[in-house]
Amino acid sequence: MGKTLFDKIWDSHIVMSKPGHPDAVYINTHFIHEVTSPQAFDGLRKRGIPVFRPAKTRATADHNVPTLHQDQPIKEALSRYQVEMLTKNTSEYGVELYGLGHRYQGIVHVIGPELGITLPGMTIVCGDSHTSTHGAFGAVAFGIGTSEVEQVLATQCILQYKPKRMKIEVNGQLGKGVLSKDIILYIISKISASGATGYFVEYAGEAIRNLSMEARMTICNMSIEMGARGGLIAPDSTTFDYIKGREFAPKGADWDKALEYWKTLYSDADATFDKVLTFDAADIEPQITYGTNPGMGMGVTRHIPALEQLEEKERPSFKKSLEYMDLQPGAELLGKKVDYVFIGSCTNSRIEDLRLVADFVKGKHKADDVVVWIVPGSKQVEAQAKEEGIDKIFAEAGFQLREPGCSACLAMNEDKVPAGMYCISTSNRNFEGRQGPNARTFLASPLTAAAAAITGKVADVRELL
Amino acid sequence: MSKIFQHLVSSAVPVPIENIDTDQIIPARFLKATTREGFGENLFRDWRYEADNTPKADFVMNNPLYSGKILVAGKNFGCGSSREHAAWAIADAGFKVVVSSFFADIFKNNALNNFILPIQVTDAFLDKIFEAISANPKAALEVDLENQFIRIVATGEKESFDINQYKKTCLMNGYDDIDYLLSLRKEVEQYETTRPFNF
Repeated sequence: MGKTLFDKIWDSHIVMSKPGHPDAVYINTHFIHEVTSPQAFDGLRKRGIPVFRPAKTRATADHNVPTLHQDQPIKEALSRYQVEMLTKNTSEYGVELYGLGHRYQGIVHVIGPELGITLPGMTIVCGDSHTSTHGAFGAVAFGIGTSEVEQVLATQCILQYKPKRMKIEVNGQLGKGVLSKDIILYIISKISASGATGYFVEYAGEAIRNLSMEARMTICNMSIEMGARGGLIAPDSTTFDYIKGREFAPKGADWDKALEYWKTLYSDADATFDKVLTFDAADIEPQITYGTNPGMGMGVTRHIPALEQLEEKERPSFKKSLEYMDLQPGAELLGKKVDYVFIGSCTNSRIEDLRLVADFVKGKHKADDVVVWIVPGSKQVEAQAKEEGIDKIFAEAGFQLREPGCSACLAMNEDKVPAGMYCISTSNRNFEGRQGPNARTFLASPLTAAAAAITGKVADVRELL
Repeated sequence: MSKIFQHLVSSAVPVPIENIDTDQIIPARFLKATTREGFGENLFRDWRYEADNTPKADFVMNNPLYSGKILVAGKNFGCGSSREHAAWAIADAGFKVVVSSFFADIFKNNALNNFILPIQVTDAFLDKIFEAISANPKAALEVDLENQFIRIVATGEKESFDINQYKKTCLMNGYDDIDYLLSLRKEVEQYETTRPFNF
């Protein structure tokens, strides 16, 4: 019987599989950052053991870094100490660091792909749930906790039970103004924030095939928001064209051999999945979330569900969520005033996202009382944006182009949305307090966020194109 | 952190909210520490305290009626971020067991790696636990890992729970995954020789 893509990759990385035990899975690439690694290095120190394969771990500083004046020392003492610890740990244990000031620095899930470190067929882990992003290349990539970071540093392996497999097909073609972010927000709204827990998802279908690598990364990135262990897409010519020539990608004869192998990475026609879901791209309109988990989303022209539409059991959590958002059941969001616009995060901060936004806002200016933050995913994205003159378009529109980092996606640094304010955000989570204590988040695509920046309100970007 | 878990009888702290994400368990702004200790005081920080740090009277952890080593929460507990700080905060606040009708995968792994037992019960049994605590805030629950059951002491109602045998052995004996993986060094080196590329 045929195998799924996920099974092909997983099975070829098993070092030890014993009945009653989780599989010991070999990890090809391990990314680390300043927030979830210090305790893992401490663990190694306590055990008196080295990093087993230091060349297979790469580090960057992203979660906790300022997005202004990165050339100056970090002002906040705890953040500075955490970033300094990363420098100290990576230097002591021989791990390559793309720290602040390095031309490769950026959000871990942006730099891996753009440097050609992320490749098809790999197993990739990082102490960050959005590691699923790398699945866009046909890799098995998933987020892990710090104890597991320590496992990988110590042994280059991780102990995991094999998840079930789900296939999500999106057939047909996307409408005007509908982006891959809308696809994934739509899917999550249909299957809920826990709809794929216990599964590894493969995305397939014409609408997925037609996406660029950047757009595929946005989809895989948010797999975790429906609870999935990860998400992946079979590599194809779009994938190979993206990788070819990148800094750490195979070159010459190695490239040819790698390509031959990568072309075997697809789910066999007779492979079976534990669950298959099918959606039609034509049903998807630009999406927006109204609640406090990513499953609470809808088409931007729709109304928030009324209480009567929900089962009795679901109502208390739903009401709590809308109270936090200060929104009414049954209300619509079109025309709702927004205070902040955040375009950034590992979901939507790549050069393609910035280009889309720049094309849309060229010659326009932001609404007067909206603050717009554009935070590029990496130093390379920032440099590319400047080379293409995108920075000037943003400046003329009244948008602030800042320096790379996770920024207001999780508001660990000083980029916080003030209490009670509404932020339309291209990031991945609308949890209570995610963008700052009592801040209120509407998740949306870069185009829908840009439309809000210009109009000052939640708008249907299709009417502005 | 005690590395062994076998049996426990304790009252419980109920948080009957669904989809409790790790940002609620421990907000990102408290992730700046570089050790595993001290996160307990910020467990459920924004539900527990006002912006000026005064305790919110209506949150269960600020109500002296409720205490114990068992946290009972609504379904899909621990969704969101992979931050192990969530498990560290729960452990640091003195909890040994978390009961819910559904757990997010990464949280479940993180909890087990910190010798906290996540017990998944049915929706119906979860409701019974909440009812028992509502009738008596000091209602005791018994957790028996060896025999894999959880029991409401007052009524005697019990439900068995699943745990994989490997993790059960780890918890009952205080073993961790690194000990096991380090014992596979020869197999790992052998595996590496079979792969021409790093993928």
